[in-house]
Amino acid sequence: MDNIIEIRNLHFRYDADGENPSEEVLKGIDLDIKQGEFVAILGHNGSGKSTLAKHLNAILVATDGKVIVDGIDTADETRLFELRQRAGMVFQNPDNQIVSSIVEEDVAFALENLGVPYDEMRKRVDEALKAVNMYDYRLHSPSQLSGGQKQRVAIAGIIAMRPKCIILDEPTAMLDPQGRKEVLSAVRRMNREHGITIVLITHYMDEAAQCDRVVVMDSGRIILDNIPKKVFSQVELLKKIGLDVPQVTELCWELRKSGVDISSEIISEEECVAEILRLFNS
Amino acid sequence: MLKDITIGQFFPGDSIIHRLDPRFKIIMTFIFIIMIFTGKSMICLGIGAVYTVTAVLLSKIKFKMFVKSIKPLMPFLLITAFLNILFVNGETVYFHWKFIKITSEGINVSIFMIIRIVMLIVGSSLLTYTTSPITLTDAVERLLSPLKRFKFPVHELAMMMSIALRFIPTLIEETDKIISAQKARGAEIDTGSLLNRAKNLVSILIPLFISSFRRADELATAMECRCYSGGEGRTRLRQLKSSSMDYIALSVTVFFLLCVIMTNLIYS
Repeated sequence: MDNIIEIRNLHFRYDADGENPSEEVLKGIDLDIKQGEFVAILGHNGSGKSTLAKHLNAILVATDGKVIVDGIDTADETRLFELRQRAGMVFQNPDNQIVSSIVEEDVAFALENLGVPYDEMRKRVDEALKAVNMYDYRLHSPSQLSGGQKQRVAIAGIIAMRPKCIILDEPTAMLDPQGRKEVLSAVRRMNREHGITIVLITHYMDEAAQCDRVVVMDSGRIILDNIPKKVFSQVELLKKIGLDVPQVTELCWELRKSGVDISSEIISEEECVAEILRLFNS
Repeated sequence: MLKDITIGQFFPGDSIIHRLDPRFKIIMTFIFIIMIFTGKSMICLGIGAVYTVTAVLLSKIKFKMFVKSIKPLMPFLLITAFLNILFVNGETVYFHWKFIKITSEGINVSIFMIIRIVMLIVGSSLLTYTTSPITLTDAVERLLSPLKRFKFPVHELAMMMSIALRFIPTLIEETDKIISAQKARGAEIDTGSLLNRAKNLVSILIPLFISSFRRADELATAMECRCYSGGEGRTRLRQLKSSSMDYIALSVTVFFLLCVIMTNLIYS
């Protein structure tokens, strides 16, 4: 499969050409993401994960190095809209990214900007709303919706552009557990059914555990990049950089420390139950 | 508590008036205003009243709502009427004391003015009662779009207006939260002297302003991420379609205006 995102030796500091450039926020990132992958980028506050995400959509442009998204160099300003159509971005606060007072018009916002003709727009808006299960709310005002619903509307607004890739910058950080579940399942469906590449920035371990691949960042560098099981088996390293592991993984790690012969690659409750039952029976 | 505030006072419904094209409704409101201000005699006002009452009945909005819209302006109306009664000169004098004269002309002028302004309020309330603010903004944008040729920022103004409408509930919610937070810290917001309360208002406004700027910043980024680049080459999901009903309503309005002008000519 082809890489949709290629990052080569990315360095970034804020206000690089200004009078007081900040410290380097990103210190040489190399990352390839394949078409159709579901990748989580994990890290605690200040690790540079959100800064990295903003490079994928040319909100920020590299101080040094290259970011290529679907064949487009993000430094190329002439292809900015083309890039943003192919790689859509969903932000943390659902309230601050909804533009219109009517749900369906908000979903249409990007299409209106791109000058998509009415018939095509109507079709795509309805499809996008159905894809996130918000079609019944199409004539509501966003202020009548819950956080999870608003975030799904924001996702629909991106899907309507028919992007190849969606970057979500902590989309569930401001939501209640129910809202988190709704948003994550909508995102997962986009990935499975429509083959859209997903880059999920998060600090929730259980969300990262559901992805195909987890990239862990710490102070501007990538320190782990592997499938979730392998990443979360590094309990000591993760704890050292201030991250937790999923509760079940931690449980197994504690058990192993006290001498129980239990697998180190457990990331879901079902796996944990099965493993404990196996030990119990043997 | 702040959630109960409604801006623009729109009452959703499905009456003939609700279904009219908002662009036509705005134009008709203008014609209506011209109609009641060109009318010089009571007969003209009578024609205007027939038009107003018919429109109100067709809108199926409760009469009470219109009374509500007049109420806040009542003191202003009465004071102006009172001054008119006292100071308008005329021939038939009922009462005279120093410079104060009450004449039949004065009384006529006051009554005339009250009816005129009441009709003006009812007519323009009808527009906002039957058209949602967002549709209204949209219609204004389209009506003003010829001004784009003269570099008048029609689209930008409409976009600002619709974003403002979109954020009213969000900011009201936020204000509620800030009030609670400041109360929890001991701020006296609905108690204390008037001066103290005014001072304490600052402790609500400052956080509200700061958070609004942050929101504006984030919203701007989000809009750019969805390829917003101003009004040029934009298409619209909301289509305004005028039907034969709109043209009939417009013709009726113009007919009433002509009636008023004719009456003026006949009686002058």
